[in-house]
Amino acid sequence: MIWFTLLLVVLVLAALWASMTTTLLRATLGLALASALLSVVMFSMGATLAAVLELSVCAGLISVVLVSVASLTRPRSIQEEIASRRSRLRRIWPLPLVLIAAGVALSFVHAPVDIVLHLPKGDGDVRTLLWSMRQLDLFGQILILLAGALGVLVLFRKEAKDGD
Amino acid sequence: MAIEMPQSFWLYFTFFVLLLVDGLWCMLATRNLVRILIGLEILMKSVTFFLIAAGYLSGRMALAQALVVTVIVIEVVVVVVVAGIILGFYRKHDSLDVGNTRRMKG
Repeated sequence: MIWFTLLLVVLVLAALWASMTTTLLRATLGLALASALLSVVMFSMGATLAAVLELSVCAGLISVVLVSVASLTRPRSIQEEIASRRSRLRRIWPLPLVLIAAGVALSFVHAPVDIVLHLPKGDGDVRTLLWSMRQLDLFGQILILLAGALGVLVLFRKEAKDGD
Repeated sequence: MAIEMPQSFWLYFTFFVLLLVDGLWCMLATRNLVRILIGLEILMKSVTFFLIAAGYLSGRMALAQALVVTVIVIEVVVVVVVAGIILGFYRKHDSLDVGNTRRMKG
């Protein structure tokens, strides 16, 4: 149990680093690290399919997209960077204190939780459940993927027109 | 080495809240559009984690995984489209400041 709790603490620290670090590249690396740690957490809990997806899509693909965005945008001048860091530091410094306070406060809560879930029966293999009981989810996912592809196409078409 | 898993709801809830606060603060404390996207991603991580924890505690891991797969698919589409919008905005206005989004038209 102590190893798992330690893993969760490192996950929160990685997310905190992603929030507080100064450069976009480091923030992206922090987010990728948090995703990788979350996939380890999921794997420990027995959610292997979700863990693989989290590792490949969130720690991999999304990190590549964010690094591409960071590299395609111009870094600010030193004066702008210093001014931005100062104003940002004023807004972000209470975050670790708030997290520690929230963690300590919640660690004292031990109220019994009695949640009754009215879920459909037949919760066995995730593939069976996904293909035989959650077809509407799959249909929605396909529509969202198509909408995303269409959105990217529209954005690039607009960009080509602007460049002409 | 087998990891012993905790069965306490409040342990999972505590780390869910910590990630949630972290993501919200990251979104609110910055004016950089990419950082706002990173904050949104941290929020998504907290929701994903809590879904898996709920599935683990209730013994419905398959259902939780099916929902998490849906969340991840939506997450990646949102990130790709928003990243495209941010790049388009940057090329047009030469800035990543969220205050400049007021200049967006159409």
